[in-house]
Amino acid sequence: MKRFLLILTLLLVTTAMLAAPLRVAFIYVAPIGDGGWSFMHNQGRLYLEKVFGSDIVTDFIENVPEGAEGESVFRGYAQRGYDLVFGTSFGYMDSMVKVSKSFPKTTFMHCSGYQVTDNLGTYFGRMYEPRFLSGLVAGAMTKTNIIGYVAAFPIPEVIRGINAFAMGVQYVNPQAKVHVVWSNTWFDPAREKEAAVSLLDIGADVIAQHQDSPAPQQAAEDRGVYSIGYNSDMSAFAPKAFLAAPVWNWGPYYEKIVRSVMDGTWTNAQYWGGINDGAVDIVLSDLVPSGVAKLVMSMRNAIVKGDMHPFVGPIYDQAGNLKYAEGEIPSDGDLLSMDWFINNVVGKIQ
Amino acid sequence: MNDLPSFVISTLQATVRAGTPLLFAVLGTIFTERSGVMNLGLEGLMLVGAIGGFMASYNTSSLVAAVLVAMLAGAVLGLIHAFFTVTLKINQIVSGLAITMLGTGISGLWGKDYIGVIARRFNPIKIPLLSDIPYIGRIFFEHDMLVYISFVLVPVMWFVIYKTRAGMTLRAVGESPDAADAKGINVFAVRYLFTILGASITAIGGAYLSLAYNSMWIENMTAGRGWIAIALVLFATWDPFKALIGAYLFGGITALGLRLQAIGAHISPDFLKMLPYLLTIAVLFFTSTDALKRKVGAPASLGVPYSREERT
Repeated sequence: MKRFLLILTLLLVTTAMLAAPLRVAFIYVAPIGDGGWSFMHNQGRLYLEKVFGSDIVTDFIENVPEGAEGESVFRGYAQRGYDLVFGTSFGYMDSMVKVSKSFPKTTFMHCSGYQVTDNLGTYFGRMYEPRFLSGLVAGAMTKTNIIGYVAAFPIPEVIRGINAFAMGVQYVNPQAKVHVVWSNTWFDPAREKEAAVSLLDIGADVIAQHQDSPAPQQAAEDRGVYSIGYNSDMSAFAPKAFLAAPVWNWGPYYEKIVRSVMDGTWTNAQYWGGINDGAVDIVLSDLVPSGVAKLVMSMRNAIVKGDMHPFVGPIYDQAGNLKYAEGEIPSDGDLLSMDWFINNVVGKIQ
Repeated sequence: MNDLPSFVISTLQATVRAGTPLLFAVLGTIFTERSGVMNLGLEGLMLVGAIGGFMASYNTSSLVAAVLVAMLAGAVLGLIHAFFTVTLKINQIVSGLAITMLGTGISGLWGKDYIGVIARRFNPIKIPLLSDIPYIGRIFFEHDMLVYISFVLVPVMWFVIYKTRAGMTLRAVGESPDAADAKGINVFAVRYLFTILGASITAIGGAYLSLAYNSMWIENMTAGRGWIAIALVLFATWDPFKALIGAYLFGGITALGLRLQAIGAHISPDFLKMLPYLLTIAVLFFTSTDALKRKVGAPASLGVPYSREERT
């Protein structure tokens, strides 16, 4: 009888261990109410809950500052035995490197960073792919050949986005120019709207943007012209203006990572996912004419298959210097450190 | 738009738009501080105004209700500030900062369900006749109703403060609560009233961002305007007309900085962003002595809680 009980107990314990849900934590730098970056990561977390159900327990903390305070948050999750911890801001890098070394049993994933350890990997998305596609739409729809772009700060990520967009514009409409206004904020909807209005006042008839808020979309809607969004489908904010948006879609990627941790195949790779992985994509509204939509979708397929790259030479800079010769493609390193505009961009990198 | 007149007109039009949220915030705070209660909680007041107004507009589709709810939200925080600073005599700076944090937190909490939706908003209305005036018409009279309300509020507030009995009482309480008390004025009641009234006007500045500038709620969408407005109160030396100048100066620099980029002229935007702060520092410098403070009309008892007992 005793032995039977022992076996039973052992059985129960093993089942319980096998069935123990994977504990996953997310650390966000902004409130999930930012409607953009952190919001989209949280959508990815919700997607995980839907896909894995009771096999997973997720938790998150928003508004976590970078630096020492952030480090204690990562440490806290690791101490409480979380299996997988996602940090979704560049500035968490040092903290995550440090904490990952002290807690080898926990897997860490850092978004947009470049340092790895045995149990810390990085991930980011090739947003320039859908930005290029949205540029095709803008170039096809403009009549004044003036396209406005409300930009945040002149850092490589933003500049790469503008250039990819401008490559798309140039592909369908060599006459059109992309006019850039820097708002010098990441987050100020009123200022972003004013930046868009200043572009509309010089005759722009398509407005694109880098920041999270739909303010530039509403500026375009007010003026009765078109807009290209960012981050998510913004058609609710500008039903008569919104044409397309490059979007983040973390869900499928997070699913892949969680599965790899569950079955033990996770590696500390540096992941830079494109449309082919589903990490980024483009959404089109009904306002896009079917001919343009068809072009965009065929280009999208070509990118997914690897037959097409948004940056293919010849590419000239603003001064007319040839940066990439016919057929040449910039390396990932070049893309990650981009600090110059291509020749159909009007504006200055300050 | 490559000709100068239309560049100037559109820049000035944007100036009014960008200055209006600041103007409401500054005007409200002038009322509060004229009574001797310092308020540093503007960012929080604006945020509850922004979410309160947005929630009301979304749920009722009534813009009147939206403004009233925004004012009510501001008034509640104003009441809390008055209770702490007037009744409990807590340090006004500390209470003001607490109001900012409270307002930021409350607005984030209330706003959770209002992200990604739009509500009815204030649209520009051309005022007949006035909008036909060359130049002036396009600059000042093609805006939304809240801008027009701010136009009216400035002279009305000036009149109330300087030309009415109520204004005299207000100024007396801010200048010398002892003397006011001796005259039979209820210092506590006056401070309560103007702290609450001021907070509710400041909250309209936030509602302007969520209901007029754009139609949306996003956490922390005031983006620091409450802090700029605090500097502008000093810049304006508690005078509504100077508040108008200060608010439009800030708005104008924002508008100009963006527009110069759009037409391809390059003046460093960092330099432009710095300008109004330089002006504020200059004003602070020139009003730093007591004699000058009296001359420009700073409420002498600003920041000092009033206690009757000390009078004996």
